[in-house]
Amino acid sequence: MRRAVLIAIPYVWLLALFLVPFFIVLKISLSDIALAIPPYTPTLDLSQGWAGIKEFFSQLDFENFVWLTEDDLYWKAYLSSVKIALIATALTLLVGYPIAYGMARAPEEWRPTLMMLVILPFWTSFLIRVYAWMGILSNEGYLNQFLLWTGIISTPLTILNTQTAVYIGIVYTYLPFMILPIYAALDRLDGSLIEAAEDLGCSRTQAFWLVTIPLSRPGIIAGCFLVMIPVIGEFVIPSLLGGSGTLMIGKVLWEEFFSNRDWPVASAVAVILLLILVIPIVLFQRNQQKQAEAEQ
Amino acid sequence: MNSTVFAPWDDPQAKPLIQFKNVTKRFGGFTAIDNLSLDIFEREFFALLGPSGCGKTTMMRMLAGFEQPSEGTILLSGQDIAPVPPNKRAVNMMFQSYALFPHLNVWDNIAFGLRRDNMPKHDLEDRVEEMLRLTRLEKFARRKPHQISGGQRQRVALARSLAKAPKLLLLDEPLGALDKKLRQDTQFELMDIQEKTGTTFVIVTHDQEEAMTVASRVAVMDQGKLMQVATPDRIYENPNSVYVADFIGDVNIIQGRATSTGEDTYRIDWAEGQPPLTATSANHFSDGQTCHLAIRPEKVTISAERPADAVNAVQGKVHDIAYLGNLSTYYVELSNGIIIKAQTANTRRISRRSFTWEDPVWLSWTATAAVLLAD
Amino acid sequence: MNRLSWFNTVSLTLGFAFLYIPMVILIIFSFNESKLVTVWAGFSTKWYGELMQNQAFLDAAWVTVRVAVFSSTLATILGTMAAYVMVRGGRFFGRTLFSGMIYAPLVMPEVITGLSLLLLFIGIGLDRGILTIVLAHTTFSMCYVSVVVSSRLVTFDRSLEEAALDLGCSPAQAFRLVTLPIIAPAVISGWLLAFTLSLDDLVIASFTSGPSATTLPIKIFSAVRLGVSPEINALSTIMIAVVTVGVITASLVSKRAMVRQRQEEQAAARTE
Repeated sequence: MRRAVLIAIPYVWLLALFLVPFFIVLKISLSDIALAIPPYTPTLDLSQGWAGIKEFFSQLDFENFVWLTEDDLYWKAYLSSVKIALIATALTLLVGYPIAYGMARAPEEWRPTLMMLVILPFWTSFLIRVYAWMGILSNEGYLNQFLLWTGIISTPLTILNTQTAVYIGIVYTYLPFMILPIYAALDRLDGSLIEAAEDLGCSRTQAFWLVTIPLSRPGIIAGCFLVMIPVIGEFVIPSLLGGSGTLMIGKVLWEEFFSNRDWPVASAVAVILLLILVIPIVLFQRNQQKQAEAEQ
Repeated sequence: MNSTVFAPWDDPQAKPLIQFKNVTKRFGGFTAIDNLSLDIFEREFFALLGPSGCGKTTMMRMLAGFEQPSEGTILLSGQDIAPVPPNKRAVNMMFQSYALFPHLNVWDNIAFGLRRDNMPKHDLEDRVEEMLRLTRLEKFARRKPHQISGGQRQRVALARSLAKAPKLLLLDEPLGALDKKLRQDTQFELMDIQEKTGTTFVIVTHDQEEAMTVASRVAVMDQGKLMQVATPDRIYENPNSVYVADFIGDVNIIQGRATSTGEDTYRIDWAEGQPPLTATSANHFSDGQTCHLAIRPEKVTISAERPADAVNAVQGKVHDIAYLGNLSTYYVELSNGIIIKAQTANTRRISRRSFTWEDPVWLSWTATAAVLLAD
Repeated sequence: MNRLSWFNTVSLTLGFAFLYIPMVILIIFSFNESKLVTVWAGFSTKWYGELMQNQAFLDAAWVTVRVAVFSSTLATILGTMAAYVMVRGGRFFGRTLFSGMIYAPLVMPEVITGLSLLLLFIGIGLDRGILTIVLAHTTFSMCYVSVVVSSRLVTFDRSLEEAALDLGCSPAQAFRLVTLPIIAPAVISGWLLAFTLSLDDLVIASFTSGPSATTLPIKIFSAVRLGVSPEINALSTIMIAVVTVGVITASLVSKRAMVRQRQEEQAAARTE
C-alpha cells in the first residue's frame, strides 16, 4: 500500500506535467489558428457530449504539417539544425578528447581540482557564458582588438552573427558534457592495458588507437549524444551569436510562437523536432543501459 | 548418562528451536533450496557449510525474514514464522559486510535495535555497556565505524546483533573479512560468547576449518540439499558420501568392487595387477557393487619396506612432496598411474627427510582406517 | 614519455584557457569606467552601484530566487522518491514508461518542454505566474535529482537497510534513520543542481511565466539582445562569484572530509 503511494506520486506528477503536455502539443498541431483566446480552434467542448467530441475530431487535420513541407523555411531549418549539431558535436569531441585525456593522465592529486574546473562552468549560467562571447567576437571586440594589435589582420573580422560564432558558442558551452563522460571512461581504464599493448609490440600511438580509443568509446558515444541532442533544439546560442543566416529549428519555433503567435504551427514544428530526436534519444538510452549493465 | 554431554539431537524428547519442514525456495526457474527438512536445537552452535551457491545463505535469509519459502514451513519454537516480517522476529543477524551504520558511532549502533523496542533509557544504557564489556569495546564506544579496525568492527556487529537478546543469532560468514591469524582468535571468542550468552547460533560459512572449529553440529550443503548433518568429528571420520568426504579435508578416493568376506568386512578389487584391499563397513554392500574407499592421507603410513603385518599395502614411487612446515604430504604414484597422498608429521626439527623424489616406497593402512562409501 | 606529457600539458593549458578566458574578460570589464564595454577607461565599480539601483533587476532576482527555492525543494522530494522507486521499487506496471519519463527530460530541447507545459497550463486555465514556473522547473529538475540520487542508491549497501529491519525498524523507519542520513550528500547535491538549473533557465521560464513574474534570465536575455552592456557584466560577475565560491567551498569541504576519513581509517587499521 505504502509502496503504491510512493510509486504513484512521482509517476502521476510526470504523467501530468511531462506526458500529457505532449499530447496537448500533438492535438494543437492538428488544429487551426484562430483569432481567439486561446488562439487556435477547435477546443474540446465536453458539455455537448458525444457530438462535441465527434465535432472536435472532425476538425483536426494535418494542414500544419502540409504547410511545413511546402514552406522551405522549415525544411532548411531542420536540415541546418541537424547539420550544425553534427559539425558542432565533432568539433566538441576534437576539443574535448585531448582535455579529458590530459586530465586522466594528470597526477592523481590534481585530478579532483581539474574535475572541479571542468564542472565549475557547468554550474554558472548558460546565458552568461554565451553572452561572454558577444563581447569577444564582435567587430570591435577583444579578439579583433588583439589580432589588430598583433598585426595579423589589418581590418576587423566579422565573426559575431555568423555560423562560426554559433560553432564557437556551442563548443564552449557544451564542452563539459563531452569531457566528463570521456574522462570517466578514461579514468577507469587500467593503465596496465596500455603497458601490455606496448609489451606486445605496439608503439605508443598504436596503443592509443588500438586500446585507449576503443575502451573509451562508451564515454565518447555518451558525450556525443549529450552534446548533439540538446544542440539540435538549441535556442539561446543561435539567437545571441548567430545572424539572420543561421537557421535553427529552436529559434524558428520560438519566433513562430512569440512573434507570429501561430500556436498550431509552433506545435507542429515541435512535433517534428521531437520525431527527429526520438532516434538519437533511443540510441542514447540504449548506450546508457548497456553501460549500466556492464558495470553491474 | 548424557547429562554432561550437550547432544539434544540424540534425545528424542528434545524440542527443536527451529524446524525446516520440506522447505523449497525457488528464484524464477532456479531452485535454491530443494525440499529440505532440518531441526536445530536451543543453545546449539550450528554451521551451514557449503560452496557458494549451495543455498546456505538463502536458508539464513529465510530465517531472518528477507526471503519467504516457496513451499513448506519454517517453525521457530513451534510457530510458523512465514507471516512475521523481519522487524518483528526474535531473530537477529550479523551481516557478512557487518552493515554497521556509518553515520552512527559504536554506542549508537549497538543501541539501535534497543531503541526500536522503546527500552527505558536506564535499562538501555546498562544493556549497551554490558554488550561493550562482552565484546571488549568499552574504549571505542564513541568512535564511528570507519575509525576502528576490521576486527573491532566485527565485534561491534556481533554486539549489535546480540544486544536484543535474540532467541536465535544468524551469522553470515562472520569471519570472512578478517585475516587468518585474527580469524583463529576470533573463532574462540565467538564460541566463548555463545557459551556465555546461551544464544542459539547459526553460522553460514564456506570455510570448513571454521565450521569444524566453532560448531556443535555441521550441515554440509550442496545444490540446495543437505548432504550430511552431524558433529564435526563424525563428518570428518564418517562421511556418508563421496561428496562430503571430498569436501571436508583432504582425502584419497579409490573406486572398486566390494565382495563380502565376513561380518562387516569387505574385499575391494580395484585395479588390475594390484592386490585387493580390505576394509570394514557397517553399511551393507552386495557382492560386486561399485564402491568408493575414502582414506585420509594422515592415516596412510609411508615406509621403505613392506610392513609385515599390514592388511593393506601398495607399492609406488614418490612423485611429489609438499612440505607444509608441520606436515609433509607425499604424492605417491602407483604402477597403474593412480596417485595416493600420504601425510607425515614433522615431529623433529631439521630431520633428514626419509624419502625423496622417485624413491620406491610402500603405503599401508589398517582395515578400519578407510571408509567404504556407495556412489 | 616526455613527448606525451608535453602534449598533455599543452592540451590541458589550452583547454582550460578556452574555458576560463571568456569569463575572466567578462569579469575584468565589469569594472570598466566606460560605457563602451570594449574600451578600457579605468577601474570603477559604478556599474555595480547602478545595478543596485535598478528596481526591475532586483524584482526579477527576487522572483528567480523564490522560484528556485520552491522548485528545487519540491524537485528534491519528488526526485528522491522517483530514484527510490527506480532502484528499490522492483517491478511494477509501467516501469519502462516511468524510467523513460525520468530520462527523457534530461535531453529534451527546452523549447519543447516549455511549449508543451505552457499549452497544458492554458488548457487547464492556470494563470501564468510564479506558480506555473515553479511547476515547470520542478518537473524537469526532479529528473536531474533522481539521476543524482539513484546513482548513489545503486552503490548503497543494501544490507544496511536489511540490518535496520532486522533490528526492528519498519520500512519507513529504516529509510528515515538509515538510508536518508547516508544518502544525504547526494540529496543535497541534487537540491543544489535543481536550484542552479532553476536559476539559469531562460527558455522554459519564458514560456511559462506571465507578465506578473519575470525572472532574471528573461531580463538578462532581453537586455543582451540589444548588445553588450557593462551593467550586465556586473550582474554576471556577481552570479559567477556566487557560484564559484559555492562550488569551491563544497569541493573543499568534501575533500577535507574525505582526507580525514582516510587518515582515520589508516589509523584504525594500524591498531590491529
